[in-house]
Amino acid sequence: MDPRITIIKDRLSSVKRIIAVASGKGGVGKSMVSTGLALLLSKKNHKCGLLDLDFHGPSCHIILGVDKLELIEEKGIIPPTINGIKFMSIVHFAEEKPVAIRGKEVSNALIELLAITRWGNLDYLIIDLPPGMSDEALDIMRLIKNQEFLIVTTPSKLSMGVVEKLIKFLKSMNANITGIIENMVMTESNIVEEFARKNKVRYLGKILYDSELESCIGSIECLLKTKFIQNLLEILEYMKSLSC
Amino acid sequence: MHEWALAEAVIKTALEVMKKEGGKKVVEINIVIGKLQTIDMDAFNFALGELIEGTPAESAKINFEYENPVFKCINCGYEWSIESLDKLLGEDEIEAIHFVPELSHIFIKCPNCNSPDFDVIKGRGVYIKSIKIQE
Ligand SMILES: Nc1ncnc2c1ncn2[C@@H]1O[C@H](COP(=O)(O)OP(=O)(O)O)[C@@H](O)[C@H]1O
Ligand SMILES: [Mg+2]
Ligand SMILES: [Zn+2]
Repeated sequence: MDPRITIIKDRLSSVKRIIAVASGKGGVGKSMVSTGLALLLSKKNHKCGLLDLDFHGPSCHIILGVDKLELIEEKGIIPPTINGIKFMSIVHFAEEKPVAIRGKEVSNALIELLAITRWGNLDYLIIDLPPGMSDEALDIMRLIKNQEFLIVTTPSKLSMGVVEKLIKFLKSMNANITGIIENMVMTESNIVEEFARKNKVRYLGKILYDSELESCIGSIECLLKTKFIQNLLEILEYMKSLSC
Repeated sequence: MHEWALAEAVIKTALEVMKKEGGKKVVEINIVIGKLQTIDMDAFNFALGELIEGTPAESAKINFEYENPVFKCINCGYEWSIESLDKLLGEDEIEAIHFVPELSHIFIKCPNCNSPDFDVIKGRGVYIKSIKIQE
C-alpha cells in the first residue's frame, strides 16, 4: 500500500482553484503561459502557487530567472517564494542535471512531490505540464480530482491536430476544460476560434507573437512589461469573470 | 523535516483503512523502509509517535522492515543491490535522492554497462505492508 496517495488530497485541500496548463504539442507556450499567469495572479495579490511538472524539460525556473533555491523543511517541504509565487519544481532537487526517468518512475516522482509539498492556503495553483497525454497529465487526472485544464495551441494545423486528440481524451475522462488560448499569433484569422467551436471548448483569447519576449526570459520585471503579458492579462480577466 | 510528511501519510492511510473496514482501533502497522530514500528513523519515529496521539491508532504497534535497494538494468538486464549509499555517493546526492528517490538515475549507473536506464525493483522508499485492525 502506497501511503502517499491518501495524503495528496490533504495537501491540496486549501487550494481554491487548480489550473493545469496543457497542450498536445511542445513549444506552443505552455510554460510561458503558466509562469505568466502565476506572475499576474500574484501581482494582483492572489495567493498563487506554480508547480512545474515537466520533469524532462522543466522551464518555469528559467523564465523566472531563479537558480537553485534553499528549501524550507517543515513537516514536509514549503515551496520557496519567488515574487510572491510559491514555486515547486524538480530542479530544486536535481538542479540542471538531466532526469532520465520512465513512465512508472515519473509517476513515483510526481506522487512524492505532491505528497511532501505543503502549499498552505492558495487562491490558485498553476500546473505546467509536458506536452501531450503524458504520464504527468494522466497522473494528475488520477490523483487530483478538482482541477481544470487550460489548453494552449498555436494557429497551426500541426498543433491543432494533436490538440484535438487531447481535447477528445480529456472529455472522455470527464475532465473540466476551461478553454483554449491561442498563442504566437502572427496573422489575422479565426481558425482557432472555429476550431474551439467545433470541439465545443471555450475560446479564451489570443496572444500575439511577441518578438521582445525572448529577451525578457529570466527577468520578472522585464516580462511584466511585455506585450505577451498584456495579452495574457486580458485572457486572465476573462477567465476570472467565468469563475467556473 | 520531511519525514513528518511521510509519517502523516502512513497514519492517515492506516486510519482510512480502519474506517473503510469498519474497525475501531488500529492495532498494528507494518511498514517497509526502502533504504534508497535514507529515512532518518529518529525523525520518522518521533513523527509517528506524535501523529498517533489521540487517534484510534494510539496504541498501535509499529513494526519496521528494511529493504536494501535492488536495481535491474533495462539496457543489459544486470541486477544489483546497494548496501550503503554513503560509500558511493556524496551528501548532496544522497539528499536529492532522499527527497525524490527517482533522482538516483542522475547519480547511479549500471555497474555492468554504465547505463542510467534501470528499474528500482526493491527498496525505493516507504510503504505499508499490512495493517491490523480491531473490530
Ligand atoms: N507569444 C509568444 N511570442 C513569442 N515567443 C513566444 C510566445 N509564446 C512562447 N514563445 C516562445 O516559444 C518558445 C516555447 O515556449 P514554451 O513556453 O517553452 O513552450 P512549451 O512549454 O509549450 O513547450 C519559448 O522560446 C518562448 O519564449
Ligand atoms: Mg514547457
Ligand atoms: Zn546495464
